Amino acid sequence: MTAGACESLPVTTPDHVVIVRQAVRRHAVALGFSLVDQTKIVTAASELARNALIHGGGGEARIESLADGARKGLRLTFEDHGPGIPDIERAMKDGFTTGVGLGLGLSGAKRLSNDFHIASTPGVGTRVVIARWK
Amino acid sequence: MERIPIIKLGSFLLVSIQVDMHDQLALQLQDDLTTRITETAAQGVLIDISALEMVDSFIGRMLGNIAAMARVLDAETVVVGMRPAVAITLVELGMSLEGVRTALDVEKGMALLAVAREGDRDNGYDRRSL
Repeated sequence: MTAGACESLPVTTPDHVVIVRQAVRRHAVALGFSLVDQTKIVTAASELARNALIHGGGGEARIESLADGARKGLRLTFEDHGPGIPDIERAMKDGFTTGVGLGLGLSGAKRLSNDFHIASTPGVGTRVVIARWK
Repeated sequence: MERIPIIKLGSFLLVSIQVDMHDQLALQLQDDLTTRITETAAQGVLIDISALEMVDSFIGRMLGNIAAMARVLDAETVVVGMRPAVAITLVELGMSLEGVRTALDVEKGMALLAVAREGDRDNGYDRRSL
């Protein structure tokens, strides 16, 4: 598997969440994703970017295109240096929220992705990596 | 400040969301609509989202909140024009927009609001004359 085009974007203001969505859309279109697949990965990106902003106090989003033989995909990494998540299993449950949201961000983003990986260290930060294949 | 326009159309309010909203703008719309419903004594709110390329949990929640607040203020809300890809994604995300009425387009949405109004009248209840 090889990683191709890469783009890094800051996620420190609500406007950045919109910019990340638009950048992910652009990459998904360039890779020839179907409209439904574009919408899924853009929506997942929106949830994770907002999480990084609200719960992580801001961070960074990285967009990479992937190629595995003829298969093409998009990998997104969201990293923050916030308080971290003490109990990931609990945070992944539908409806779990520490804030004012619906608690669908993490679990929803997972359902909208083909691959999902989360690593978090309390006091250090959280990194979520997702991929969606064409 | 940037704002989503709200148009008064008879006894209804029409909102057509044409931009990729950041969260603050969505919250502003929620506040503005609530104020306008009271000011205009509107009986229905029509929200056209046909230009939206995605609806995430935040925007979904905003739509649900608007419908709930409007209901408390005695107005019906209909969300119209959701794109098929957006609908598929929204359900997979885990949101079914419970409590939010939907219609395929503005015309059907207007018809739905008109029927809701007629229904009230048939029951001998003219909400605005009370």
